[in-house]
Amino acid sequence: MSDEVIEARELKKTFGETVALESLTFTLRRNEIVGLLGVNGAGKTTALNILLGLTTPTSGSMLVFGKEFAPNRIEILKRTNFASAYVSLPGNLTVGQNLWTFAKIYGVKNHKEKIKALLELLEIPHLRDRTTGQLSAGEATRVQLCKAFLNDPELLMLDEPTASLDPDIADKVRKFVRRRQQEQGTAILYTSHNMRDIEEVCDRIIFIHKGKVVTEGTPQDVVSKFKSDSLEDVFIQIARSEDLAGLLGEVKK
Amino acid sequence: MNFRIIYALICRYLFLYTRNWVRLAEVVFWPTMELVTWGFFTMYLKQDAGASTPMAVSWLLGGVIFWDVMFRSQQGVAISFLEDVWTKNLLNIFVAPVRPVEYLCAAFGVGFVRIAVTVIILTVLSYSLYSWNLLALRGSLVPFFGCLLVFGWSIGIFATSLIMRYGQAAESLAWAIPFLIQPLTAVYYPVSVMPSAVQWVALSLPSTHVFEGMRQGLETGTFSWPHFGWAVGLNVVWMSVSGLFYAWNLGIVREKGLLAKVATS
Repeated sequence: MSDEVIEARELKKTFGETVALESLTFTLRRNEIVGLLGVNGAGKTTALNILLGLTTPTSGSMLVFGKEFAPNRIEILKRTNFASAYVSLPGNLTVGQNLWTFAKIYGVKNHKEKIKALLELLEIPHLRDRTTGQLSAGEATRVQLCKAFLNDPELLMLDEPTASLDPDIADKVRKFVRRRQQEQGTAILYTSHNMRDIEEVCDRIIFIHKGKVVTEGTPQDVVSKFKSDSLEDVFIQIARSEDLAGLLGEVKK
Repeated sequence: MNFRIIYALICRYLFLYTRNWVRLAEVVFWPTMELVTWGFFTMYLKQDAGASTPMAVSWLLGGVIFWDVMFRSQQGVAISFLEDVWTKNLLNIFVAPVRPVEYLCAAFGVGFVRIAVTVIILTVLSYSLYSWNLLALRGSLVPFFGCLLVFGWSIGIFATSLIMRYGQAAESLAWAIPFLIQPLTAVYYPVSVMPSAVQWVALSLPSTHVFEGMRQGLETGTFSWPHFGWAVGLNVVWMSVSGLFYAWNLGIVREKGLLAKVATS
């Protein structure tokens, strides 16, 4: 089986005159967590939406599990999952009802045992009969993660999973994601504005700015390339640079 | 098409009704209020003008119940989609292995359940309050209800397509579209009373043939095969057009990246 889970080549997306994504080329392999970084409006969300099949690219190509996305959408989505801080599960349903629904949708075998095991791993078995809308942010995020791992996805997209979480829960979430990924060899695309998250969780990062990849590598490589102390400094340098080409030229030297 | 997915989606909607008494009450409240209002009006007609309008009670009460079948069917489809928008769950569904046809079939199923509940309640109420028996329509009932159910689905698909494309700003369309159709589809009066220029518009709607057929059935006790045939044929056309409209809009929505905006708005 090929190691490449996503192979994106020169993905471009324009909305009228606006170029949201200019040219995104990257590969995501099995057993790898790649962080997609960038300031607000850099093109991360557009990239994620294309990779999830919510938006069609204007040009470029994208293979997921070695297959074109559009004609193989259902087959690919069966092996994929997603969680976002900006997406919820229906608030009127109990946690158990929501997870049952998605277990059925993804065709999870032994779903009762699977849901129980995941709730226990995430330290929230007591929430099963609680109304989803009454959960705290930390509880809701962990329920979302439970949904995201229900089908043992080979590809997982996590959109700011630790946004608005306290440091304790954020740490638990990071450790859970890392552990499951190592156990199952999942390929994870991870977006976050929390550089601590990225440094702790990601094997590799891709920095997008104004729709283009400006740098990529391991978090440590990128920090040393930019002669910075931390990824947060790199982020700020790129975000505030008035002469990005010059900055990148310096980095290359 | 995967029936497991359709079943899961239908159950999800039904869970919602079992956990929210306001939503459950809403299924019963509006049709009951409408029936009571029209019921008293027909009683008044019967008392004051009885001989000149012998069929008034049947036409109006039949119209109320038949109209509700179509309206609830349309609402079932549109509200199912809006429910996912309101709860910010739309992305979870659209990035799951759910085909658009499975999503729509689940919404149809929800519409069917809502109607079944509504019709049972209205039948019991109309009989107990006004001694009017819907079951007098006998063999006409199921085929005509079926036609209204399918036409309601078609309108629901139109409304859903517009909400998907124009966001929650188009939400009022979910409520408004049936009322654009209501005066044209001869719910409470025969097509013949309409201006002749409007009649051809009315007759292009499957529901008009159902209401005409219902009146004929109530008046003569016979089943109107021509009206039923027209309703079925027009339903095939309307369902095909609405399906194509949905697919076309889904393409545009994906091209313009609107789905994520609607889902997180």
